[in-house]
Amino acid sequence: MEKHFVPKADREYTKADFQSDQMVKWCPGCGDHAILAALLATFPKTGYKKENVCMVSGIGCSSRIPYYVDTYGFHSIHGRACAIATGVKLANPELSVWVNMGDGDSMAIGGNHLIHAVRRNQDLNITIFNNEIYGLTKGQYSPTTKFGQVTKTSPYGTIDYPFNPGELVMGAQGTFFARTLDCVPQLSTECMTRAAKHDGCSVVEVLQNCVIFNDKTHAAITDRAVRDDRTIVLEHGKPMLFGKNKEKGLRFNGRQLEVVTLGENGITLDDIMVHDETTEDTGIHMMLAHMGGDLPVALGVIRNVKKVSYTQLYEEQMDEQMANGKYKCMDDLLNSGDTWEV
Amino acid sequence: MSENQIVNKEDLVVRFAGDSGDGMQLSGTLFSDASALTGNDIATFPDYPAEIRAPHNTIAGVSGYQVHVGNHIYSSGDKCDILVAMNPAAFKSQLKWAKKGATVIVDIDTFTEEAMEKAGYTENPFTDELERAYTIIKAPITSFTERIGESQGVDKKTADKSRNMFALGIIFYSTHKTLDQTFAYLERKFAKKPAVITLNKAVLTEGYEYADKLEVMHSHIFEIAKADKMEHGRYRNITGNVATAWGLLAASEKSGRRLFLGSYPITPATDVMVELAKHKSLGARVFQAEDEIAGVCSAIGASYAGALACTSTSGPGLSLKSEALGLAVMTELPLVVVDVQRGGPSTGLPTKTEQSDLGQALYGRNGEAPLVVVAASSSANCFYWAFNAAKIALEHMTPVILLTDGYLGNGSQLFKIPSMKDMPEIKPRLAKENDPNYRPFRRDEEKFAREWALPGMAGLSHRVGGLEKCPDGPLSTDPENHALMTKNRQEKVNRVANYIPDQEVTGAKDADLLVVGWGGTAGALTLAVEEMNNEGKKVAYTHFNYICPLPKNTGDILRKYKKIVVCELNNGQFAGYLRTQFPECPMTQYNKVMGLPFEVGELKEHFNKLLNA
Repeated sequence: MEKHFVPKADREYTKADFQSDQMVKWCPGCGDHAILAALLATFPKTGYKKENVCMVSGIGCSSRIPYYVDTYGFHSIHGRACAIATGVKLANPELSVWVNMGDGDSMAIGGNHLIHAVRRNQDLNITIFNNEIYGLTKGQYSPTTKFGQVTKTSPYGTIDYPFNPGELVMGAQGTFFARTLDCVPQLSTECMTRAAKHDGCSVVEVLQNCVIFNDKTHAAITDRAVRDDRTIVLEHGKPMLFGKNKEKGLRFNGRQLEVVTLGENGITLDDIMVHDETTEDTGIHMMLAHMGGDLPVALGVIRNVKKVSYTQLYEEQMDEQMANGKYKCMDDLLNSGDTWEV
Repeated sequence: MSENQIVNKEDLVVRFAGDSGDGMQLSGTLFSDASALTGNDIATFPDYPAEIRAPHNTIAGVSGYQVHVGNHIYSSGDKCDILVAMNPAAFKSQLKWAKKGATVIVDIDTFTEEAMEKAGYTENPFTDELERAYTIIKAPITSFTERIGESQGVDKKTADKSRNMFALGIIFYSTHKTLDQTFAYLERKFAKKPAVITLNKAVLTEGYEYADKLEVMHSHIFEIAKADKMEHGRYRNITGNVATAWGLLAASEKSGRRLFLGSYPITPATDVMVELAKHKSLGARVFQAEDEIAGVCSAIGASYAGALACTSTSGPGLSLKSEALGLAVMTELPLVVVDVQRGGPSTGLPTKTEQSDLGQALYGRNGEAPLVVVAASSSANCFYWAFNAAKIALEHMTPVILLTDGYLGNGSQLFKIPSMKDMPEIKPRLAKENDPNYRPFRRDEEKFAREWALPGMAGLSHRVGGLEKCPDGPLSTDPENHALMTKNRQEKVNRVANYIPDQEVTGAKDADLLVVGWGGTAGALTLAVEEMNNEGKKVAYTHFNYICPLPKNTGDILRKYKKIVVCELNNGQFAGYLRTQFPECPMTQYNKVMGLPFEVGELKEHFNKLLNA
């Protein structure tokens, strides 16, 4: 039996209810503005009580976000947002806990905490702002920077193979992974809302543009001229179609995914794969998360699997022991076992 | 046996030593429990290697457990009156801990050529000289035990696991005790394995009867004095780590705040987490984190969300937590960090005791990052110091580091069971919902502490974090504000001194020498000073539990004495700390960095030298 711990609000909120009075200090044109807008639009849709929302972030441009949202917030230290959020949720499961991190924060210094948070499936809503660069320290390569890219600390090109956050999530047996673009806030809001409603750990990767230090890093897929051909928005239960007129689709040829065109070489809608975000096996989700190059980059909710959350398991153990445990109070414990009178 | 063969002793030290898998820790515990239950005061000290099962019969694999029983016991004792050595390696490495004339019980069956060679013996270890210096009892423990096993249809390998019971039987005989308590333990522990109970009872009894038949034992039966100065009340035996865990639980109950512990396994602190993990029925929320950093960070998150948040660790783990401790200082959240100190630096001596994390506890963070440091001084009072650390953290909105050590944590002692109604109140500084005047860093006049507004409370939403804030809450890089906030954070810690008792001095009123100690060395220091005063020497003694801030009368005490010696198990970290605060007081040092506790003998020798200088 699934349990919902976060209390619902007794009134409806608007985006404005979550806007803080602090001046937003990101660079003009930064993708973070759009992500913030998407997030602010998400909170009213979740229906959670406002005072029960808690934002936790690490260090980096993205991690300033708690200041711009009028909820409880913790702007912590580099890499540790997942660990701090884990404590917040364990101490009070009635909180809706959001974690915001950049690519360096979440996958370099904080990589260990990310994979373990995902593995435990604790009920956290993690958003990774992936701009493939260290922005706040002014342009060093990150764990997601493209191989060979010249940055301040890789003047001859990086020789680091990058992480794909989706693959990390699948590898850690994650139960929810979605990907969105900063420039499509409606999709971001949809992904974030579904992430919030997922009982367990959710990870939303937002491909975000750093206008100063890594401008246009995602342009090859996000530019309006190419977006329809270079990305595919996955929807549960629907065929995997993309292209301006949805004329292209994905087919599994027995070994790998391939792009096919409807009407060409006898391809019909029946040949196109139908997205099932709920299959427990990570195989196909891993392939979808991995796409790029010749294949379109997958957007939307790629994986959304039901698995009892750490939060629920923890509370069940607590309830069971509180109800049936041997010791009801400290005096019981202090006087337990071998004791004697002097 | 007749009564006149019995030797009366004020106290007795027994040391059990054998291979890591020989069950020496259990024998020691059973002996100390039985002694406590029959009215002796006790203190124990496990001395075990870092390896779980080092190669069989090697010196590296020797595990020891020392038990000190008697009338008025302060420490686990210097050297032992009875040594149990279950193999040649134990005999070779542990004989140095036996007093001259001690009774040494060895399992003679284990003294095979191969085992003796492994222990480094090239010839017969039982030289005439040794036989004269000690009463060596060569008991065929293994063969006896295996024979009993055989009669019960138990194979040799299984029977061998009960060898420790044979040795324990001998010890019970020679300390004039019965086997009742241990029988009761075995029946409880192995309720579902009756064969194990039968075997162990039989071996224990056989050991006892073996001793009865030995002529030499008849003149080596000790009647150990019962504790006569103990306060009336209900008692139990407790280790420092369990006492620490219970102190935190007690503080949670008293404060009404959920207990949260975020920790990562580390020797010798792990048992704090192991103990708390059992107590979900008392509301303990334990989280085994992926690393030390996640341990403290989860605790900081839990603190932000309103828990009595704690993390437990040892030296290297505290190093890993440094950055996060700075965050706890900056966010001014209550947090208890238990550091069960061990030999350092780096991995150092993980299973041995030391007091060398003091500097790290006081200063080990970037920036001006003051926090409260307290130290427990006995296994039993770990309970009160853990409780106290939590009380300070919750009432003063500050991280508190509680220093214990491997000696206190693993050692055990009698503990007078308190009643929760007699424990002090703890009043967390919770903000009021919808308080229009709530500001994250508004302080009260008395303590200079901020208020605790918890996510979930209406109308108090605010942001905390590692960046400098102004008193109203928002970020600030204003130079004056940073200076003010730095001063305020320090002042808040300083003012804790207004809520702690004066430092006390014991020993001779007009002493020439003041002995200063802190933390886990109190047992040996107390006894050394007491014995010297009984011998007519004028020595005073003051022992610190409040380290930062120090009690307000500290300077007044130090300035009274011409000679001061600061004794600690490091190279002088507390002495250095005191010198920075009281440069006018000349202080000498007595230091030991061997991974071992102080011995009373070495302390007295040094103090006598100082008195005569």
